[in-house]
Amino acid sequence: MMTNIIKKNRYLILRRTIQIGLLILFGGANWWGWKFLMGNYSSAYVLETFYLADPHAVLQTFAAGFVMSADAIIGAVIVLVFYALIAGRSFCSWVCPINMITDLATWMRKKWKLTKKESFFTFSRKTRYWVLGLGILLSPIVGVAAFEVINPITMLHRGIIFGFGMGWAVIAGLFLFDLLVVEYGWCGHLCPLGAFYSATSRFSLIKVKHDVEKCTMCMKCFGVCHEEQVLHIVGEKSGFIKDECSNCGRCVEVCDDNALKFSIYNYKI
Amino acid sequence: MADTQNMNSRRDALKTMFRGAGLLGLGGAAWGSTAIKLKASELTLRPPAAIDEEKFVKACIRCGTCVEACPYDTLQLANIDDHTAIGTPFFKPRLIPCYMCPDVPCVPVCPSGALDVDIIAKQIDGINTEEPDINKAKMGVAVVDQEACIAYWGIQCDACYRACPLLGEAITLEFARNERTGKHAFLKPVVHREICTGCGLCEHACITEKAAIFVLPLNVATGRVGEHYIKGWDKADEERLKNLKEEKTKKSSPEDVLNDWEYLLDDD
Repeated sequence: MMTNIIKKNRYLILRRTIQIGLLILFGGANWWGWKFLMGNYSSAYVLETFYLADPHAVLQTFAAGFVMSADAIIGAVIVLVFYALIAGRSFCSWVCPINMITDLATWMRKKWKLTKKESFFTFSRKTRYWVLGLGILLSPIVGVAAFEVINPITMLHRGIIFGFGMGWAVIAGLFLFDLLVVEYGWCGHLCPLGAFYSATSRFSLIKVKHDVEKCTMCMKCFGVCHEEQVLHIVGEKSGFIKDECSNCGRCVEVCDDNALKFSIYNYKI
Repeated sequence: MADTQNMNSRRDALKTMFRGAGLLGLGGAAWGSTAIKLKASELTLRPPAAIDEEKFVKACIRCGTCVEACPYDTLQLANIDDHTAIGTPFFKPRLIPCYMCPDVPCVPVCPSGALDVDIIAKQIDGINTEEPDINKAKMGVAVVDQEACIAYWGIQCDACYRACPLLGEAITLEFARNERTGKHAFLKPVVHREICTGCGLCEHACITEKAAIFVLPLNVATGRVGEHYIKGWDKADEERLKNLKEEKTKKSSPEDVLNDWEYLLDDD
């Protein structure tokens, strides 16, 4: 029984371990002077040897009219290449701390049976691409990386590590938005960073593969997926789950028929 | 019939387009104004070796590595309610000043170039070395409020002078006779702008309820004379005259002058 629960949530447990572990490492750098991982999700100094940087932030800064130093640019390239060629949009469900907040909202939404009908309004999931474009466009106009000044991801990190100030209100607002206003509102409709990684990781190696022969059309995967539109091939044809899939692996876990599993992307299909 | 349907769908498409453009414009305006509001930070003291404030706000990737590198917890990251560009590092000397570490640990860890070690590079024979020299930092400049400074009242206090890490250089004491008592001296602290690093140790040490000596960002605390004033008594400054480009003023003919006047008087 217990082993079954673990097996049915293995990726979830792993994801939460990584997400919380990263927060502890970031926190340790500030609270106890650990040198494993200094910084935050915008840029991190790893083991005092090299930097990682958020390619979206570096891009906005470039648009605003400042070319960052080599440390940040190389760091951004490392991150971009990792997600674009290997891990896909996995930042969103394996690294980003906001994911835990919005997942909690989703969980409560389901618990309280707040279905889509309870949404005040709905809007397109493509909105995030407009937000992405708008952010890049606004950066040179306002003379600062436009998304970074309102970025709830780094705001949450700052809140946990350095103290919230009024920042908690933004996070609470985001949680309530996902809980009461729009299902998967932030991560699935608005966040430009998710849009950025979706757009750049189309050809990443790690993807979920669907085997239509094994599928019994139980629809469990649709019940857990945060980006349902990516499952359009399920029950229809075999292939890879693409587009906005964040490789969270929930569908793989809940599938009782072994019809969905992590695989290496075959470029020929 | 097919035509009208086409017209309708085209009209719908146009409507959707305009609606989308409207939303985008509205969102852009709201977002843009918020961003401008959130980046305003004129009264903020930055870590040593920070580049020009306007560039700094652009350049800083807001990672907080400098804050973590600071051994005295001087640096903080701006929250949404700190009235400075959110996520950027700053310090409040009255709380914790910059203790001027000789190795300046906050600067070399900056990945973005917002803190640039070259700005405070130690110079040997006029050539920048890799070593930092914290005394070259320009985080701001200390300003004395002579009304609130008790030394200017004639009470003996040299707390700021003693606290200054560049003792006797950045702050000196000016001696003057106290005419009121006729037998005491004023020991007035005077800040020398070209030496003061803006570390804020003086502000931290100031004994008045609200500090009478405080650090302001350079662009706030300083004025500018302008190029056209030259110190005639200063040989080096007079040299500037030699390099000046000759600027020819247009000589106006009497007709021109008259025309100008007519133009000015031309009310209708």
